[in-house]
Parts: sequence; C-alpha cells; structure tokens
Amino acid sequence: MWSQIVEEWPRFATYYNFIFIAKAAGMTLGLSALGCILGTLIGLALAVTRVTRSPWLRPLRILALLFTEVFRRVPFLVTLMLCFFAFQATGFDIPLFVVAAVSVTVIAGAFLAEIIRGGFRSVHQNQWEAAATMNFSLLDTIRLVILPQAWRIVLPPAFGYFVMFIKDTALASQIGVIELTYVGKVLNNKGFSAALSFGVILIVYFAISYPLARLGTLLEARLASSRHHRA
Amino acid sequence: MHHLDITGLEARYGEHTVLSGIDLTVGRADVIGLIGPSGSGKSTILRVLMGLLPPVGGTVKLDGTAVNYADAAQVRRLRERIAIVFQQYNLFQNMSVLENVCVAPVKIKKRPRREVEEEARALLAKVGLGDKLKRYPDELSGGQQQRVAIVRALALHPEILLLDEVTAALDPELVSEVLDTIRLLAKEGMTMLIVSHEMAFIREVASRVVFMAGGRIVETGAPAQIFDAPVEARTQDFVSKILRH
Repeated sequence: MWSQIVEEWPRFATYYNFIFIAKAAGMTLGLSALGCILGTLIGLALAVTRVTRSPWLRPLRILALLFTEVFRRVPFLVTLMLCFFAFQATGFDIPLFVVAAVSVTVIAGAFLAEIIRGGFRSVHQNQWEAAATMNFSLLDTIRLVILPQAWRIVLPPAFGYFVMFIKDTALASQIGVIELTYVGKVLNNKGFSAALSFGVILIVYFAISYPLARLGTLLEARLASSRHHRA
Repeated sequence: MHHLDITGLEARYGEHTVLSGIDLTVGRADVIGLIGPSGSGKSTILRVLMGLLPPVGGTVKLDGTAVNYADAAQVRRLRERIAIVFQQYNLFQNMSVLENVCVAPVKIKKRPRREVEEEARALLAKVGLGDKLKRYPDELSGGQQQRVAIVRALALHPEILLLDEVTAALDPELVSEVLDTIRLLAKEGMTMLIVSHEMAFIREVASRVVFMAGGRIVETGAPAQIFDAPVEARTQDFVSKILRH
C-alpha cells in the first residue's frame, strides 16, 4: 500500500487536486461552523423557550418541544433529504450549500437545545427562585445567573457533539454537496487508490476536528479553575 | 392602615392543602414571629406572599391594596416592596459577595453602580463582612452566606422583610451572628415576618408571635403570652415540648 501511495503521489499532488481538496475542506468547515454556531444559538433559543412559564407562550413551548424531539430522532440523512426535496418543491434554484446548511443547523439546533436545557436544569431551583423574587426577567435570570453556572455542564457534551457533528456533515455528499467525503469519492473514481484518496481526506478531517476538541478541553479547564463558575 | 393584611389565605401543593384560611394583620414595624411544627405552613405563607406559590383563595393587601397574584405586573410591583431571605441562602454561586448584593439594584432596578456599591460595602461592613467582598459563596461559612443573603435583600430597600428559617441551616456557633443582624433591623423599624425555630430569639425580637399547626393559625399573641400562658391546648403542647430542650 505504501509503495502504491508513493508511486501515485506525483500524479496526485497537482495544484488542481489541492485546490479541489481545499475547497471541499472549506465546505466541510463552513457547514460545521454554521451548524455549531447557528445550532448553538437556535438551541439556546429553544432551551429558553422551553423554560418559560407564561400561558401565552404555551404554543411556542409546544412547537419548541416538537422541533427538538422530532429532529433529534430523525436520522441526519433523512432530514437532509427532506430539506433537499422541500427546497426543490419551492421551484427556486436554491444552492445545495444552503440546503445542507439549513439541514445541519436544524439538526444541531435540536441536539444542542437538549444539551443546553440539561445545563439549565442542572442549576439548582433555588437560583431561579432567588432571581424571581428579585424581579429578574427570564432572560436576565438566564443571562446573569443560569448560563454562567450551566456552562460547566453544557461544555463537555456540546464539544463532544461538535466533533461528532463535523463527521456527520459527510452525509451532505449524498445530495451532491462538494465537501470532503464527496471529494474523496471523486478522487477515488479518478483512479487514485482508496488508501491515498481517503487517507488524505482523513487527515483533513482530523485537522479540522482536533483543534476543536482541544479548544473544548481548554475551555473546560479554564472554567474548572475559574472562581466564577464553580458551583 | 395595616402594612400587610392577609385574609382567608389558602394554598395547595397539588392536592395537598398547605394553608387553609390564614388571617393575619401586620402593622408597620411589626416583627411577627411564626412558629410551629414542621409542615405547619409557616414557610409556605412567606412563599405565597412572595408570589412563589400562587394562592388558591383569600386576599393579601399591601397598604390596603389587594394583590392579584395572577397578574405578573402586580407581583413585580409587590416584589419591589417585599424581600425574602431563604433558609438555604440561595446566593448566586457565580457571583462574588459584592456582586450578589449589587446585581439586582444595578441590573434590574437600574440604579447607578457607584451608589449601589457604596451602599453595599457599608451594609456588608455593618454585618461584619467588609473584608469578604470579593469572595464567592462557596468560600464562605453558612453564617457568612446567610448574612450576605440578608444584605442582598436589604439592598433592594424593601419595606417588608421575610425571613425563612434563616438560622436553620447554620451551625449553632454561627447562629448568633445572623441573629445579631436581625436584631439590628428590628431596632431600625423594619417590618418583618420571621419563621424560626429559635424560640428564645423569637421571644426577644418579635412584637407578636403566631403559632401555626396543620396549615392554620392556632394562636396569636404577645411573646410572653404565647410562651408563658398559651390558651390553646395545641400551643401548650408545642411550647412545653420546645421549652424542655
């Protein structure tokens, strides 16, 4: 295998191939980043919605519950297909990236909503009550009291999810999004050995996800030592 | 006019009735001591007054005006005038002592931080915590945390202070420092409702003692009457048991 890779390498290492892989890496990174960042924001909004009490917001709470429960249970690929065909049905020519981006955001939002809600619930009820008796609004309570305490609980599973999530974006290749896995297949089809094609892709995936995991560990360590976030 | 006028107050936890028809009037600068066996509803009165448990019947009047606990705006206005100190202190774990005291006045009431901090420092110094401003709740003893909780309530400038078994979670040697603080407040004319098992303290500080059992008020009277010459059999029983310790 090794001699084969060495033999193939000169043909493989072209400017064109590198640009191709770099663009695909950008796509994977873009989808992952969108999913993680927008997903966190949506997850936060969903989690906040679900801890509201007002009877007026009941329909919204039910909607948030349905959203999280449905998209957490549906396989990523199915959501992706669903988005793909839903967008197709609109008749507009919507770029595949947008379709993939919407799907990953929806999925990440649903998952992170549960992780964040778990974090909220980990904060003792008496913190909510103390804030309520001092006239904190729900958003103030969450911003000033709950989130700073919930981070510790939320971070490890959230970063675990982010890392998993980067891998899941590979499924976007199924609807034709040119991301890393797709490129691996293309290179393989062009005649390069699977070992080389997917070996390179593997390294790029690692290069994307490892720093993220390190960041997670770093943040956790900082939170653990920080006075502000000890419970 | 009474400061606080409670009539026929009822409350439930699920199916379980915890308050059945509480009538209680509190005058300005009154210090009401609420005593009674566990589960008699003493703490529940405070929770209901604070809007943490919606009442299912009866009325609460503040300065003669009835409070509708189903109306969030009215509850908010009420909470601007009444503050509570919890048995478990409920300090914000993510904030320093100073921040715990300042956060509500600054962020919620939008008072200038400088002014609030100055006041907070003075209050904390008064309760002997002037050197703990930058500490976090988990670095303090129970008695210190409880005093921070009292200062935090005072920084809201309440007219009425509710104290829910504020010494129950403390080691005996820490109790006196908290009681000293409350004594100080009573002397300054703060209207207070105090739920406590510290009978000697209630006797000393309360202007009126309310004995409760089974979600009802059994007997109300001056401390001397309740502790030395209770009328009701239930009160006599409770007092004799307590005083034997």
